[in-house]
Amino acid sequence: MRHDDESGPIAGELTPEIGAATDVAPVGLKTKPGHELTAAEDSDPVDWSRVTQMPEFRSMVSAKLRFIIPAVVFFVVYYFALPVLVGYAPGLMSKKIFGVINIAYLFALSQFFMAWIIAALYLRAASKFDQMEQTVIEKAKAELGSQRGTK
Amino acid sequence: MTMALAMFLFFVSITLVITYWAARRTSGASAFFAANRQIKGWQNGFAVAGDYMSAASFLGIAGIIAFQGYDGFMYSVGWLVAYLTVLLIVAEPLRNAGKYTMADVLAYRLSARPVRAMASLSTITVSVFYMIAQMVGAGALVALLLKNSGISYHTAVIGVGVLMIVYVVFGGMLATTWVQIIKAILLMGGTILLSILVLAHFGFSFAGFFNAIGRVTYHDKGVEVVKDFLQPGLRFKPPYGALDLISLGMALIFGTAGLPHILVRFYTVPDARTARISVVWAMGLIGTFYILTTFLGFGAATIVGRDKIATSGGTNMSAPLLAQSLGGDFFFAFIAAIAFATILAVVAGLTISASTSFAHDFYTNVIHRGTERKQGEEVRVARVTAFIVGAVAIAIAILLGPNANVAFLVALAFAVAASANLPVIVLSLFWKRFTTRGAVCGLGTGLVASILLIVMGPSIMGVDAPGATAATHLIQSPPIFPLENPGIVSIPLGFIGAVLGTWLGSEPAAEAKYDELLVRASTGIGAEKASGH
Repeated sequence: MRHDDESGPIAGELTPEIGAATDVAPVGLKTKPGHELTAAEDSDPVDWSRVTQMPEFRSMVSAKLRFIIPAVVFFVVYYFALPVLVGYAPGLMSKKIFGVINIAYLFALSQFFMAWIIAALYLRAASKFDQMEQTVIEKAKAELGSQRGTK
Repeated sequence: MTMALAMFLFFVSITLVITYWAARRTSGASAFFAANRQIKGWQNGFAVAGDYMSAASFLGIAGIIAFQGYDGFMYSVGWLVAYLTVLLIVAEPLRNAGKYTMADVLAYRLSARPVRAMASLSTITVSVFYMIAQMVGAGALVALLLKNSGISYHTAVIGVGVLMIVYVVFGGMLATTWVQIIKAILLMGGTILLSILVLAHFGFSFAGFFNAIGRVTYHDKGVEVVKDFLQPGLRFKPPYGALDLISLGMALIFGTAGLPHILVRFYTVPDARTARISVVWAMGLIGTFYILTTFLGFGAATIVGRDKIATSGGTNMSAPLLAQSLGGDFFFAFIAAIAFATILAVVAGLTISASTSFAHDFYTNVIHRGTERKQGEEVRVARVTAFIVGAVAIAIAILLGPNANVAFLVALAFAVAASANLPVIVLSLFWKRFTTRGAVCGLGTGLVASILLIVMGPSIMGVDAPGATAATHLIQSPPIFPLENPGIVSIPLGFIGAVLGTWLGSEPAAEAKYDELLVRASTGIGAEKASGH
């Protein structure tokens, strides 16, 4: 039923030859691709609330939130400090540090490094989340006997 | 100039041949996608960067910095930091849940027809806004290349626009991953080369370069002005400049996570981990590129000068003109060809996301309740939609004229995406009580608010100075809304609309499916794996 298991060009598709199957939403296909299924069509006779109540699941979700929420708050505050200061404290931001280079330019430049550092920290933290995720998946499969846990 | 034109055509055809060859080779070796269908993290990172760095980034930011100095650099900063929203909030849950477009996410637990209808409307609107900027850029570029032949900007926009749409619709559909990868490499290469040449112009002395930025000379209404271009405030002036700057910032950092052609990219990778890695790769590339806009923009301001750019192509031609004065016609043609390839690739991606969304989400799923009545009907609808979207973008690009900065125009598309799309994506992923009515209200409010405020704002409404040679405002009356970018008002309105709509009633069916979505989005259980099944 999955369209993208076919390797050859599919008749009537807009990207028959040079498009990778996943590049654009396939158009003109009879069957519904997996990503379009609604929860009702894709349902699994599984009690999902049992998974959400598993201690492993809960600790994974809270571990993720413990990283993501402070990270989002930090980057939003750090980022908006730039337009706010540039807009409302132009005198301070125009102060020159090296030659003509002023605080405004240095602060703007620091945003790039802030973004890269948060991304790097997140990559490191996320590898721990991946392990927790694996535990949850194994336990969920064992407990629920889901046919769909193909991961 | 004919020499430059010939070389430009040569470079463009080489680019097209390379991309076509690469794309064909990929499908010839169909094992690459069909058997494993695994795009690696770094490859997808390049593709995201390729999709993202449009005419706005290359032509637009360089132009804004060349004309208004430091304030233009704010675009560069916002467009990178935006990826933290994508990385931390949107990319992994979307990939884990196995969803492809915004409509898929919403339709998963909400009522499919209304949300698909609204989502496709919003996707088309964002794409048109984005496309207008690409058309303005392409028109200005071709008009500059054909300068001595008497072809005007208007003719150039129509000619190039129609050619691009025809090419995308009947030709190769160049939006494949490999095209974006190649484009990203070309764009990075061209930008690095241009930056090195700028530094070489100043004898590889950063001090010399920055000193020149400290005293840029140009003429304003016939009077010579010397300005420190590193000083903020050349674009965003009191009384509303500060608010406008914040508004722009909001649109940029919350808009990226709502762009249809970027969201699609996370579906091409095998799992959430790869999606994450690809975002980080994209951040590396995009960040490097945006830091280099310092050299493109300030280089154009100091080496070419605002006066010359204004008379020989306008704000959007700053980077190509910089290439011309540093490396002659050959380098000019090369940079112009890269800019053109960039625009073509982005237009392809946008046309496809807009037209397939309409054909599929609206025409088939909403009007005909999910069945294609005749073989090939959807394809036909998608093609017609692509032409209509293209025609609308071309018409507006002509109305706006070559002096509308393309980075500014694209920022409006980001404002629409941030106001309409982001609230409903986030709420449907993280708010159990979220309902169909909430999604429809949120999309509708965000869409209407952002568009109305843009139309009532100073970019459309305004009174031209007496004696102005060309009309610059479409509506000759004082602006009703004082800000250029509507984000600071329309993004909160989008959220408020979604929340109020949800509070108006409850939807037990949607709530009941939340646990399943939560488990899938946070673990990836049941998501289609690209490899095997």
